[in-house]
Amino acid sequence: MLLYKKTLKYKLGIDMNNIMSGAQIVVEALLEQKVDTVFGYPGGAVLPIYDEIFKQSKIKHVLVRHEQGAIHAAEGYSRSTGKPGVALVTSGPGATNSVTGLTDALMDSIPIIVLTGQVPTFMIGNDAFQEADTVGITRPCTKHNWLVKDTNILGKIIHEAFYVSTNGRPGPVLVDIPKDVQFATGSYLKKKDFSPKRYKPKTVPNSDLILKAVKAFENSKNPIIYSGGGVVNSGDNASKLLRELVNESNFPITSTLMGLGCYPASKKNWMGMLGMHGTYEANMAMHDCDFMFCIGARFDDRITGKTDEFSPNSTKVHIDIDPSSINKNILVDIGIVGDIKTTLQTFLKLWRKRGSKSSINKSWWKKIDDWREINCLKYNKSKSAIKPQYAIQRLEELTKNADRYVTTEVGQHQMWAAQFMGFEEPKRWMTSGGLGTMGYGFPASIGVQLAHPKSLVINVAGEASWLMNMQELGTAVQYNLPVKQFILNNERLGMVRQWQELLHGGRYSHSWSDALPDFVKLAEAYGIKGICCDDPNKLDDAIKEMIDYNGPVIFDCLVEKHENCFPMIPSGKAHNEMILNANEPEQEIGKSGAVLV
Amino acid sequence: MQKLFLKKGVSRKSAYNLRNPKDDKFERHTLAILVDNESGVLARVIGLFSGRGYNIDSLTVAEVDHTGNLSRITIVTSGTPSVIEQIKAQLERMIPVHDVHDLTTEGASVERELALFKVFAKGEKRVESLRLADVFRAKVVDSTLVSFTFELTGTPEKIDAFADLMVPLGLKEIARTGVAALSRG
Repeated sequence: MLLYKKTLKYKLGIDMNNIMSGAQIVVEALLEQKVDTVFGYPGGAVLPIYDEIFKQSKIKHVLVRHEQGAIHAAEGYSRSTGKPGVALVTSGPGATNSVTGLTDALMDSIPIIVLTGQVPTFMIGNDAFQEADTVGITRPCTKHNWLVKDTNILGKIIHEAFYVSTNGRPGPVLVDIPKDVQFATGSYLKKKDFSPKRYKPKTVPNSDLILKAVKAFENSKNPIIYSGGGVVNSGDNASKLLRELVNESNFPITSTLMGLGCYPASKKNWMGMLGMHGTYEANMAMHDCDFMFCIGARFDDRITGKTDEFSPNSTKVHIDIDPSSINKNILVDIGIVGDIKTTLQTFLKLWRKRGSKSSINKSWWKKIDDWREINCLKYNKSKSAIKPQYAIQRLEELTKNADRYVTTEVGQHQMWAAQFMGFEEPKRWMTSGGLGTMGYGFPASIGVQLAHPKSLVINVAGEASWLMNMQELGTAVQYNLPVKQFILNNERLGMVRQWQELLHGGRYSHSWSDALPDFVKLAEAYGIKGICCDDPNKLDDAIKEMIDYNGPVIFDCLVEKHENCFPMIPSGKAHNEMILNANEPEQEIGKSGAVLV
Repeated sequence: MQKLFLKKGVSRKSAYNLRNPKDDKFERHTLAILVDNESGVLARVIGLFSGRGYNIDSLTVAEVDHTGNLSRITIVTSGTPSVIEQIKAQLERMIPVHDVHDLTTEGASVERELALFKVFAKGEKRVESLRLADVFRAKVVDSTLVSFTFELTGTPEKIDAFADLMVPLGLKEIARTGVAALSRG
């Protein structure tokens, strides 16, 4: 018998000492991967796994109200902790409902592991009840996915899933587990026995290229550092190194929506976010610079505007862990494939060894200060109505010193939050950047709150986005998560309305809702607190009431309905063609601009 | 068959080693991709091409290493130099992809395609088709009193040329395998 066991172990990789059911393997593997929270929704095809979850107490299962909510909550959990998020959903509709969340995580490079149930292997392809081709559907919206047809490789695949999700450029992965594989017994491969065989992404950069980059860095007169979400993903040390680089070189720095917080917003080198709704100074500096250091960002179209006229006179250095991001949208002079932390370490070491030289022009900072003088974020104040910008400013003022995490939905409020809130640390700002998923913020705030039970978690929302995943109120109440839903209610799809005003002759086609709920009563229906405020003079007290309340709050902030979000680079225009405010003479947005999104 | 010891890595050539990135001329490239022979791998590769709007002019795939469980996909694609570099970078970052070779840029290579032609002809045309087949070194693999089936191996251009000649002689059906290619030496 012993000999037989040994043969199995060494010849077939089957360890008879670790025989358990597929469902047990799932729970065991999650435990070994140090998972403490799983977001999920049960169903027929995952019942064996739910049975195992019932029998243990180390993994907390959070019952969401819709599978999309589970994925976004896992994303929020992951972004605020740096650990992978885990979701567990059933076959068919459970899997298809998770597609939006998976795509969102793929676009924003968030490591999440989604486990889906599947109909038994012998029924696959028969159009069985709640059958869907999950790996087929999710193939383009995951970093990788697996259909596990044998219990003996289930453990290995779950460990591989965690490895693939968190190494290289992070992203969502999915493991589809048929019900018979969950019931069957097989051998479990322990985490310590797992070694990745095929996926080995390059993380150590080419040092010759770094030397070239250092030289360009030293010789630049009008430089800019443009950082992104890659710095957050590379870990806290990456942010620390970025800060050292900025502080020692005194270069100006801007960041994408995804990278806010990697460099503290309170420091003088910080120019604010760049891009379509970024600050005037950041965009002008991007356009006029002679050296651009792109660190962990990917030249997204929201950042570049018109690519033909993007920063025409600069030497561009790009660090990215994903080789396919380099030269995809913008051709760069020096592209370095590597992990941000490792690359910055080498870069700083080399630069310091060469004497920390810098030839930045004094006139460059003068120019930047002149651009700052324009005060691009100014807006017309009002005494009678709450301006959305004012609401965010007050929220920022009253919460900035707290241990605070902010999530957002998607639209005008998201841009205003990015413009008016300052982040001092990474992983404090969770927003759907690449995919722009309305309905992201509320479930994400739930995930964040679960990871940080004692912190203040605020979801800055618009009423339309928020309603898209409002069912998660049930989750917030069930787990008594004191998430603050700060809803800027303009009774419109604000950003859509703004585009219709600017591009479609003010024909507001279906961009408002005639049937909004009374948010206070909605809160009360769930037994939580609702606050409504429409008076700028009472806003501060109302916000304080929200913060002080121990439990979930829906804050219905009735704001100016037709406010536009400025500054703005109209689509199809370059960085130096920003619209600063509504009072500016109307700019012609050509047909070529109107076809862009 | 022997196991091919292949390492996965993206360092060898990356998107920053562009030839002339600003060139907007369309180029035809033959890519050889070594992948794990597992279910869904071909769907991943062609899904990448269709999802991102790249061209596939020809595609062949078969297992080449049974012990190592590897398949070789040969894709002929066309695009501007920067699109070709994107295709390679996107392929290289897929989990089951071990190696991507651009046979068009990595020195000389040989390309072959196999095709079967069914020609219906009578009298002089029938004789002529046989004569031309001889010139092209095509083999007759099946014949009836009214038809020939030829097998021809060669470059895609040679196959095109033979097909053009057979059309007036009574070409009824053609089956092509797509390009298989190897680097020289």
